[in-house]
Amino acid sequence: MAEYMAQGKQPEVLFWVGCAGSFDDRAKKITKAFVKLLNKANVDFAVLGTEESCTGDPAKRAGNEFLFQMQAMTNIEVLNSYEIKKIVTACPHCFNTIKNEYPGLGGNYEIMHHTQFLKSLMEEGRLKVEGGKFKGKRITFHDPCYLGRANGEYEAPRDLLQKLEVELVEMKRCKSRGLCCGAGGAQMFKEPEPGKKDINVERTEEALETAPKIIAAACPFCNTMMTDGVKAKSAEDSVQVLDVAEMIANAEDL
Amino acid sequence: MQYIPNILFIIALAVGVGYFTLNIRKLIRNIKLGHEVDASDHTPERWSNVVRIALGQSKMVVRPIPGLLHIIVYVGFIIINIEVLEIIIDGIFGTHRVLSTVLPAGLYNFLIASFEILALLVLIGVILFWTRRNIQKLKRFWANEMKGWPKNDANYILYFEMVLMILFLTMNATDQQLQAMGAAHYVEAGSYPVSQFLVPFFSNLSEATLITIERGAWWLHILGILVFLNYLYFSKHLHIILAFPNVYFGKVVPKGKFKNLDSVTNEVKMMMDPNVDPFAAPAEGATEAPAKFGASDVMDLSRIQLLNAYTCTECGRCTSECPANITGKKLSPRKIMMDTRDRLEEIGKNIDKNGEFKPDGKQLLDDYITREELWACTTCNACVEACPVSIDPLSIIMDMRQYLVMEQSAAPTELNVSMTNIENNGAPWPYNQMDRLNWKDEN
Repeated sequence: MAEYMAQGKQPEVLFWVGCAGSFDDRAKKITKAFVKLLNKANVDFAVLGTEESCTGDPAKRAGNEFLFQMQAMTNIEVLNSYEIKKIVTACPHCFNTIKNEYPGLGGNYEIMHHTQFLKSLMEEGRLKVEGGKFKGKRITFHDPCYLGRANGEYEAPRDLLQKLEVELVEMKRCKSRGLCCGAGGAQMFKEPEPGKKDINVERTEEALETAPKIIAAACPFCNTMMTDGVKAKSAEDSVQVLDVAEMIANAEDL
Repeated sequence: MQYIPNILFIIALAVGVGYFTLNIRKLIRNIKLGHEVDASDHTPERWSNVVRIALGQSKMVVRPIPGLLHIIVYVGFIIINIEVLEIIIDGIFGTHRVLSTVLPAGLYNFLIASFEILALLVLIGVILFWTRRNIQKLKRFWANEMKGWPKNDANYILYFEMVLMILFLTMNATDQQLQAMGAAHYVEAGSYPVSQFLVPFFSNLSEATLITIERGAWWLHILGILVFLNYLYFSKHLHIILAFPNVYFGKVVPKGKFKNLDSVTNEVKMMMDPNVDPFAAPAEGATEAPAKFGASDVMDLSRIQLLNAYTCTECGRCTSECPANITGKKLSPRKIMMDTRDRLEEIGKNIDKNGEFKPDGKQLLDDYITREELWACTTCNACVEACPVSIDPLSIIMDMRQYLVMEQSAAPTELNVSMTNIENNGAPWPYNQMDRLNWKDEN
């Protein structure tokens, strides 16, 4: 972003990569797939790179409001100094925080989840989404809580999957009643409380009941949880967990 | 002498309504122990929620079977209350079926007939509800927090409704028989599609016996309603009134939006402003920092959260959708609401006794809600989505987590590590912020 600024240019959109997308080996693949799609659609985008920092979501949801606001205001200062208007992110947690909790702290941006953004690119005719290798494959979609229930977006990822001509099968608990993968509310960063079962295993069992070839996700944390779940059920040879963006990129062998 | 029934009726009505009013005032006083919240925003949306969710029961029918049964009982309850209006007028003035003299015969017959059909449907609905709880033993009604009083409370309410409906139909059946016999006072009025089938049971009785049964059923019915009205405050059944205001005050912003603490904002702004004078006296009229962050007791919660607690009817839809609860963790969003109410009631009784709240060495945290429950939440909003009356258990969990972290630094160790990482290197993991863009050049 700094380079854009130095050249006196503004990108069409800022890609907010997020911590998982920057550091987690699995999530980095999603980041790269999404970037390939942005390039394919000739989207002029920038990233903050080393100037990006945690949105503060896990801190806030763990109860540390002070740390959250420190993070938020630092980020807002950076974003505002670059006069950012439009942001896209592949992480529903970053999406939710920037969309809902930053405006009250002086950060007002048009923010889109990457599935919403890809859908708009598709509708504008800038990005072709076609079946390719996923055509006719049985796929179930796991709703991320912070995209679905938290912000009411259930259709964008499904519309993209439909365009991939997959056979979309819904789990018993889907959309507004979708079961959490177990990562939200800072659970990703701690061991679960004692119980009968891990939440990601419960959710994976439900996904496997639909006998899918692929479990589609739209959140790097859901992706990790479901991938671990599939491993726990020893199903990793027959079932893949893929982000919607990865599927679109793979469909065309990008 | 002849006015004795009227006087007794007026006394019963006054005692019933009076005691209820007294308790409602107590309830309002207790809710006001919470801090004020501004709910003057989104007025049209709030009203539309009341119409859709509360009046229209839109969230009840997400589960079709109990949803439909509930609509029957709910519609029956509201419509049959028109009959209660007639009973009250008759009781005060010593009239009999006064509306039949005011309304056109056709309309009156239609009303009575629809009350009867609804009464029968309510009776069936309530019996099915009872069956679901006690025979079918649906899991959500047999959770840990439902042992003892909550389980009995739910059944008492169902028995109450059964008895009231049976009394209503008995009253009508004997009335018909008396009308047919031409008994004095019993004007011929009404149409009785349901209770006509009960008439044969009363056909061989004398007029005096019939009058005794009819009057007995009439009195027990109205006294039952008054007792039921007063039972509400002590039971989980307050939702029949509070659901409406509760839905009005329900969350109208996206579920993922958690409130930002203004007091923290001011502090953070001060920290980030290089020009601020750290020793400056606070400006005149500046709002003082709150006594504490987050909530450890009910007084730290908002009035809306406390209203939530009184509104909860313990249906358990929240708990049955909670990922933590489903996988055997201790957390149950319903228990969060029940605990909040229990603690609030305890404080209310403390105030009744002492004139003001005398610290009792207890609080909501630990004495009611354990830390293990609070840390099991994934903030997924399934409980908020599931609640048919817009209760937000998640907001209480979040406030209590805030207290644990900001007042007690009592987060689980792994979370403390994550938060330290965020503070030091801008990510919950221990990676260097300078490596954020490394993915660009990796394959």
